[in-house]
Parts: sequence; C-alpha cells; structure tokens
Amino acid sequence: MKSQPISEGSDWTFDLIERYDREIARIAAGYRLETYPNQIEVIRSDQMMDAYASVGMPVGYNHWSYGKQFLNVERDYKRGQMGLAYEIVINSNPCIAYLMEENSMTMQALVIAHACYGHNSFFKGNYLFRTWTDADSIIDYLVFARKFVAECEERHGVEEVEAVLDSCHALMNYGTDRYKRPYPVSAEEERIRQKEREDYVQQQVNDLWRTIPRKDNREQQAQENRYPSEPQENLLYFIEKNAPLLEPWQRELVRIVRKIAQYFYPQRQTQVMNEGWATFWHYTILNDLYDQGLVTDGFMMEFLHSHSSVIYQPEFDSGYFSGINPYALGFAMMRDIRRICEHPTEEDKRWFPEMAGSDWLTTLHFAMENFKDESFIQQFLSPAVIRDFHLFCIVDDDQQETIDVGAIHDDNGYRSVRDALARHYNLSAREPDIQVYEVDVRGDRSLTLHHLQNSRIPLSGDTEEVLKHLHRLWGFDVHLFSRDGETVDKVYRVPGGKISLATD
Amino acid sequence: MSYVLDRRLNSKDKSAVNRQRFLKRYRKHIKRAVSDAVSDRSITDMDRGEQIGIPQKDLQEPVFGHGSGGYRERVLPGNKEFVRGDRIKRPNGGQGGSGSGQASDGGEGVDDFVFQITQSEFLEFMFEDLELPNLVKRQLSSIDTFKMVRAGISEEGTPNQLNVVRSMRSAFARRIAMGAGKRRECNRLREELDKLPADDQVQRAAIAEQLEMLERKLARIPYIDDFDLKYNIMRKQPQPSSKAVMFCLMDVSGSMDQRTKDIAKRFFILLYLFLQRSYEKTEVVFIRHHSTAKEVDEEEFFYSRETGGTVVSSALRLMKEVIADRYPPTEWNIYGAQASDGDNWTNDSPVCHEILSRQLIPQLQYYCYIEITDRGHQELWQYYEQLAQSHADGFAIRSIEDYPDIYPVFRELFQRQAKNA
Repeated sequence: MKSQPISEGSDWTFDLIERYDREIARIAAGYRLETYPNQIEVIRSDQMMDAYASVGMPVGYNHWSYGKQFLNVERDYKRGQMGLAYEIVINSNPCIAYLMEENSMTMQALVIAHACYGHNSFFKGNYLFRTWTDADSIIDYLVFARKFVAECEERHGVEEVEAVLDSCHALMNYGTDRYKRPYPVSAEEERIRQKEREDYVQQQVNDLWRTIPRKDNREQQAQENRYPSEPQENLLYFIEKNAPLLEPWQRELVRIVRKIAQYFYPQRQTQVMNEGWATFWHYTILNDLYDQGLVTDGFMMEFLHSHSSVIYQPEFDSGYFSGINPYALGFAMMRDIRRICEHPTEEDKRWFPEMAGSDWLTTLHFAMENFKDESFIQQFLSPAVIRDFHLFCIVDDDQQETIDVGAIHDDNGYRSVRDALARHYNLSAREPDIQVYEVDVRGDRSLTLHHLQNSRIPLSGDTEEVLKHLHRLWGFDVHLFSRDGETVDKVYRVPGGKISLATD
Repeated sequence: MSYVLDRRLNSKDKSAVNRQRFLKRYRKHIKRAVSDAVSDRSITDMDRGEQIGIPQKDLQEPVFGHGSGGYRERVLPGNKEFVRGDRIKRPNGGQGGSGSGQASDGGEGVDDFVFQITQSEFLEFMFEDLELPNLVKRQLSSIDTFKMVRAGISEEGTPNQLNVVRSMRSAFARRIAMGAGKRRECNRLREELDKLPADDQVQRAAIAEQLEMLERKLARIPYIDDFDLKYNIMRKQPQPSSKAVMFCLMDVSGSMDQRTKDIAKRFFILLYLFLQRSYEKTEVVFIRHHSTAKEVDEEEFFYSRETGGTVVSSALRLMKEVIADRYPPTEWNIYGAQASDGDNWTNDSPVCHEILSRQLIPQLQYYCYIEITDRGHQELWQYYEQLAQSHADGFAIRSIEDYPDIYPVFRELFQRQAKNA
C-alpha cells in the first residue's frame, strides 16, 4: 500500500503544519521521545529578529545591550549574511518554538522535527536541565523580572537601573550555582518572597557590618578571622547577600540576572549534545516520513540540502573555519552510537564492549539523559569519528618556540585527542576560575578575589573593566590576585593605587 | 500534543525600546557621525537616514576571560599532513589571543559596529545642537504632507467611512428588486379575491393563505444587508502648493573660517527643510561673493576658499538678475538667506540697503540675514537693522555666535507663518 504524500508544493498552511506535526509526533513517540507539549508559533521575520535579539527569552527586561544585539541581527539579515531560517526554541513548559512565515513547507517540517521533538525531548530528559531549570515557571519568572525592572526604572530612573544591570551582566558568568538545586516558585510567590527578602537581607547586611563591640570580643575575632570562611565562586550571589551599600531593589536586580544566568547554565554546557540530538532526530524522523511515502522526492532534496549545510564542518585551514561545528560533531557522534550498537566493528568492540550490540535506542537515550558535553565526549567519542573529522591536537605553549602537534587520529592519539577535546568543553576550564577569597570586614571593607590560573593562562585585558563593575556593586575597594599555584602573578586593584600585600 | 498559533499579527517592534536605549547610550558617537554626515551631505539631501559606525571596543561588554599566553591545547578538524611530534612555526601575532572556544570573535574585533538610523532619527540628532523646540522638530521632519481627498465609492471599507445615503439607497433598491415578483403576485391574488363570489369560502381561504405566505416572505427580506453597505474611498493627495526658490548668499572672503561656514550650512539646511515642507518644489541657488559674486554649485559654495575684499551688494545684484532671469515672482515664492561675518566694504552698505529695500524685498517672501561673529557689529548690520524695522514682516536679522543661536531666527519665521495661516 503506497500512502499519499502529505503535501506536494512548497507552500505551507496551518492545516498542513498540523498534519505534519501529527505524523512527526507519531514517529517520535515510536522512538520514545518524551516531550513537553509544543506551542508552535508562526511569526514574521522581524519578530524573529526580535526573538534573536532577546537571546531567546520570550519576555525580557529592557536593556541597551539587547538593542545592540537587535541592530546587529537586523544588519546581518538585511545584508543577507544570515538566514533566519532555523529555529528558536525555548526551554519552557509548554515548549515554545517559532516558525518563520517565509519558510517553505519543508523547512517548517524540519524545524518542527528538530525543535519541537529534538530539543524539546532533550530539555525534558537531560539531567542538567532537570536539575537546574524549571520549565514550568521560567516564563512566569521572566514576566516578574520584566515588571520589576520596569518598576525600578520608574522609581529610580533608567540610568540607575542600567548601571546596576551593566555591572551584573559583566559578572553574569559568575552568577551560577553548580552544586545546589534551586526550587521553583510561581510569579505571585516570587513577588511576595521578594518583599520578604528585601526586609530580611537588609537586616542581615546591617548585622554584618555592625561595629558595636561585643562582650566576647576575642573569641569572636578568632572565629571571624576570615569572611567568608570558604571561598565563594558565585560572585553575584555573594554580592546579593553581602554587598554593604546596595539598596534592596538593587539586590533584587542582581538576583534577577543571577537567576537568568542559572537558567542558561545547562545550555552552555550541552551545546554539542543538544544540537547533535536534535539534528539526529530531524534526520531520522524525516527519513522515516520519506520511507513511509508521506513526503515527496522534492521535499527530501530540499531537506537534505539544508541538512548538509547545517552539519558542514570546515577544515581548520579553511577561511570559513570558526571552531568545531557543534551540529556536525553532535550529529556524527549520535549516529556513531547507533552504528556501534547495530553494526559494531572489531575496533568498536574493543573500545565500547558494553555498547557494541546493545539496543541502540536505549543506549542513545541513556547518553542523552546522563551526560554533558564534556563527559559525553569523554565517554562516546569513538576512533571512527576522530578519523572522519581528521581531528588532531596541537599544543601551544608560550614557553616553547614552536607549536607542537600533540596527537593525531591514529592508534596512539585517539585517547589524547579525546581527552583534549573533552577538556575543551569543560566550562570551568573555558572560563577563568575566580572566587571571592576575603572581605576585610573590620577594616576598609575591601573585597579580595583570587584567580587560580589554569596552565599559566593569564586574564584578558577586560579584567580591569570587569573589576570596575564589581566595584560599583560592592561599593568599596576590590582586589584581584591572579595566582599561579602559590605565587601571585599579577594584582589588579580598583580603584588603582598601591596597597601593601596584607594577605600574602 | 501541539498547539499551532498564528502570532504574525502581534505587535511589531518589540525591540524598539531596547534600540532607543542603545541610541541614547551612544548618542555621543552618533552625534559625531551625524555631524560628519551633515558636513558631507548636500543641503537638499536630508531626507534619508544614515549609517553610523561605532568602534567595537567602545561597545564591548567586558567579561572575565582568558588572555593570550600560557599552555593550551586545541583540537582542530581536517588534518592533512601532520603527524605526532611535528613542530609548526608560530604564526605572526600569536593566533589572535583568545584561544578556547571564542576564537572567532577575534577576527571581527577590528570592524566598526555599523548600523542604520532612520531619517527622523537623523534629523533628531541634527536638531539637537540647534535646540529646536519639539513642535518645530516635528514639523520639520514630517516632510510629506498629504491631504485626503474623496475618490468615489467602494463596496469595501471600514465603518468610519460608511456612506449612509448610498448604503440606504442601495438597500432600498435591493428591497424593491427582491420583492417585486412577490408583490406582483400579491396584487394579482388580491384582484382575484375581489372578483371571487363572497360565498366561495374554500377558494377564498386558499387565496388568503397564499397571500399570507407571500406577505411573510416579503417581511423576511432584510431591511439592510452586508452588501448594501457603501463606503467612501479616500485617496492621499499631496498638499497643493506652489514652487519656492531659496537663495543662499554667503561671504567667502578669507575671514570666514570652516566653523562659520558650518554654522551657516546648518542654518541653510533648516531653511531648506522648512521650505520643502511648505512647498511642493523647492530649488536652491547658491551665490557666493567676495568682491564679486558668482553663482556656484553647493560643493564650491561650502568648501572652496577665496580671498579678496567684500562687496555684499555684488551678491544682491546677482540675485536680482537671477530672479529676473529664471524665477518670476508671480510663479515663485522667493526666499533669501544670507550669512556673513559682518565685514563689508565701507561704502557698500548703503548700496545694499538701497537694493534690498527698493528692488528685492518687494519681490521676496522673506529675507534673513545672519551674522556669525563674536565681535561687535559693523556698518552692514546697522543698515540692515534699519531695514528690519521698516520691513518687519519680511526681513529678519540675527547675530549668531554658536549653534544654539540659529533657532531664534527660525522662530520668527514660523511665527510669521502661523499668523498668515
């Protein structure tokens, strides 16, 4: 029995979108893809630019940097440098995905398979997203944030608010918890709790800076020898709770930026996996549609054309090279897992004895659910993929005259290449390790940070600027010691000037 | 479970606020770019936006990051001939610095951040220097004024354009047309009923029943129906207005420096925009003078320098000739704008007074003279002052020291306009 294709031409209608969605959902369910309900929104291209500009948040507070982003997107789009064709999908429940009205039916189907079933099931299944983000309440929270920022602007002026937000944005990457799970609250609860927090936190701060001497002074001092007693890596959290001079509303702004940073934290660590997973599924699902006679040859030609440009990986010496394409690497690895399960070679059996010959769908779901980019590569990057990509590892040591080739895609090199690539996706190696070390509670209230150098890599030229932002939030002097092991390599101070090293 | 929503009709310009915030934050940069653009552009070329470039480094949002140096490993795709242990010479510039992940940013860093502002924004920034009040700014930037004129009747439109008379007439016609057959039948039946003998009850009842049915049908014809509605169509028509010519007169003797000319240029631009708003067609004539006057193009007008004495009357004479030649005052609204630093040859000022009051002012809509100087006024000013008193309607003089002083001259012009209207 040959079935009728769903559509012939390239024009889409709402009816067709719904029919494609039904078929895709049917196939996805067969592969055990569990998703949040989908909310598919058809929008115009200028709305897509708006969505791009707000870094994928459907509701955002106002800030000039989003305006800059918008101008950038607008210019690129007008010049035709950037297709807006692909997807924006939001990790929320229901999961919001945008379809652009200019796209052909094929592209709409591709986006539905990629975003509404690929990304969506990743958001729902992957452990990082399950731990760190709460799809049910994010939209509510963003609405709360937008309102709160707007209220502050009315009460305290746009510039005041902008100044705080600028400073928070500079520290945004240092506003995430890595070892605690935040729990969800609704917008209403959030508002009430904000009020309570406001009163309470201010009280706490005042307490911290209390100068009236206490009775058991000596004992106290010994205990308070260093504050905080442990180094703190969440700078924004530390500021929110401890900065002496911030007004309650400013603390709340710090908190908002911190919360949003936390929301994006899993996405920053699962790029390869997330895109690889979504790409693997749009490829598999649309091929199934074709096998079942539901789409035409023309549909497949158009689909394969855009699919292959998505997973194109330029070589390192090509003019188009700008790093490893996460779509390409992720897709190749996902397919490779299926191949190892279904048709393992001798090499695969040696490298992945447990995987070879197992049920591919179970293995693939296991990989998606329990890893992030770093561990995923460490665990699943096979020699076959390393060979296909011709991956090699170079060592750039500023104490050497030359750059050395450390390993290539051969028997001796697979492990080193895999280790190096995995490290490359390790967030804590990608960003400098900077932590709050000490606050001079009894003295000048200065804040001291320590940077622990990784492989002797120094801080960038922006550091001074970021510290100025930190200074604005903290309100007193800020010092940063860049350490290589125990020796202090460089000291940054804001405001500048010489202060003798008390801590070393 | 999926829901498909059509959001295409949702509001536009969600990013408008953020865009404004951005423009506000970088207004210094933008103003500089606009200011450059004003000097580069022709006076008649003010009705488009502008590309603004801002150096990337001024826009950067700083974050903690790794600098160059240290020990790092990178994994690259596409190996061709390398084997383990190969040593590669360091490329110049040390790989551009930021190693991991964000290497691509390095390449873009050099370019300016370029974006487009619209014409109204462009004018906004240009006027900012001039301290124009908002009302004037709005009037100036809305260059296209249209009048809505009626252009017939249509079947489609919005309720506010409903033409009641036409709609009712059409409904009436429809009611007549739809009921004609039935009414004819009614009449026939009534006649038949009249003719029937009074005792034929069965027949009478049957006819009465038919009549009743027809009347019910007639009553069901709608009084007014969708397709009866008629709407007025309105069409945009450019405001009927006549032609204007603007004479720009400027002293180009050595004492006029580039800044003075720049102030003059802004003044001329304002006048041009004002005229362009009021008239359908606006031409500009540039006359520059030192000891002799010459009609030139804009480029030469603003940017070439010449030395020599200053004889203002030469320019006025030339203006008079050009008017006689090409712009008959019956057809053209003639405006004159003169900019100078106040120098004039000693015996020439009375001559200027003479030419203006006898020959030019009667032909002109308006003549304004701006003196851009921070020194005391000289003879020319005193003679012009007399003119301003005797011809208060059509002659204005102002002394300008800096950009903000340009506007008051205009206020007078606009006030006059309001009085006439």
